[in-house]
Amino acid sequence: MSTTATAIGVSPKRGVWGGGNEPLKASYGKLMMWFFLLSDIFTFAAFLITYASIRVSYPAYAGPADQFVGSNEYWPVPEMVFDAIPFTHSVHPPLAFVGLMTFILIMSSVTMVLAVEAGHRNDRNDVTKWLLWTLLGGITFLSCQAWEWTHFIHGTDGGSLITYVNKLGQVVTETVHGANLSVNEYGPAAFAQLFFFITGFHGFHVTIGVFLLFLAFYQSAVGVYERRGHYEMVEKIGLYWHFVDLVWVFVFTFFYLI
Amino acid sequence: MASHGNKPALEVIPRDEEKIKKIWKTAFILLILTSIEFVFAFTIPRGLLLYGIFIALTIWKAKYIMMVFMHLGDEAKPLFYSIIVPLIFLVWLVIALVKEGTDIFHIRW
Repeated sequence: MSTTATAIGVSPKRGVWGGGNEPLKASYGKLMMWFFLLSDIFTFAAFLITYASIRVSYPAYAGPADQFVGSNEYWPVPEMVFDAIPFTHSVHPPLAFVGLMTFILIMSSVTMVLAVEAGHRNDRNDVTKWLLWTLLGGITFLSCQAWEWTHFIHGTDGGSLITYVNKLGQVVTETVHGANLSVNEYGPAAFAQLFFFITGFHGFHVTIGVFLLFLAFYQSAVGVYERRGHYEMVEKIGLYWHFVDLVWVFVFTFFYLI
Repeated sequence: MASHGNKPALEVIPRDEEKIKKIWKTAFILLILTSIEFVFAFTIPRGLLLYGIFIALTIWKAKYIMMVFMHLGDEAKPLFYSIIVPLIFLVWLVIALVKEGTDIFHIRW
């Protein structure tokens, strides 16, 4: 806090970095959250750059997008893989469902920043209200992801004819439905592996975020932060939640668009 | 004496409509940029041009999220740079691994 600067001040013997002041003008908790997020950026970047590396090591599907058939000879067109929406079996709007998920996550980020803003104003009612909306957004996103994973794992009605090495070490050609870690109907095995690891690791982060949001919602509602005198916890959880949104922006581009 | 034994309640500061307007404006920009990506995905043929546009729009969106939503722009400069500068290592990682992947492609196919 800047008000403590005059009380403690810059030590004449040790200078700015000698302790007793806050050169970065942020609390310990916020700084540690930022440096944790920096390390997490590297983790997710490693995942996504690995995706890029493996992807360019396969030929891209060259034919027209609407005649796409899954094969492990080339990398699939994502818009033809992610084209299912719940409650219907007959229409296949490409990327519509993942677009909805992106919308939900961005909106939950907006309600989160509104909660942080209300926290700066010590407005308990507003903080609680916006945290509840954020929590709902997070849970909705996770539910959508659960549905998407289920659909990805079970696959389409037709499946694809794939030649691959099965668990017994034999080369087989058969119709494959859905996906697991060794074979899938969409593309090379690495495609499904990367899908599970990247969206799974992101979903894991969202799950942690939902727990944290619930904690903040509860504590704000019962007045823990009001008694504490500040809403910094909301700010720290907000940083984490925005980061989850930030990662999704990149996952969306590199996994679903490119 | 009425508040004796109770901690004084926090003073609620009234809403600053300008700030809230800025948040919604940023949200609107993010949605517009995402919609543009969506439209381009179906109108521009796949290729380096499209991928370049996607990556530029994504970094643009990331900038808004970090600077406005995460308030990184309002933090002290040393903190800002200690988060942003290490990301330069990722540039190397992208170049190294994409080149590696391309070489594997040439050997394999």
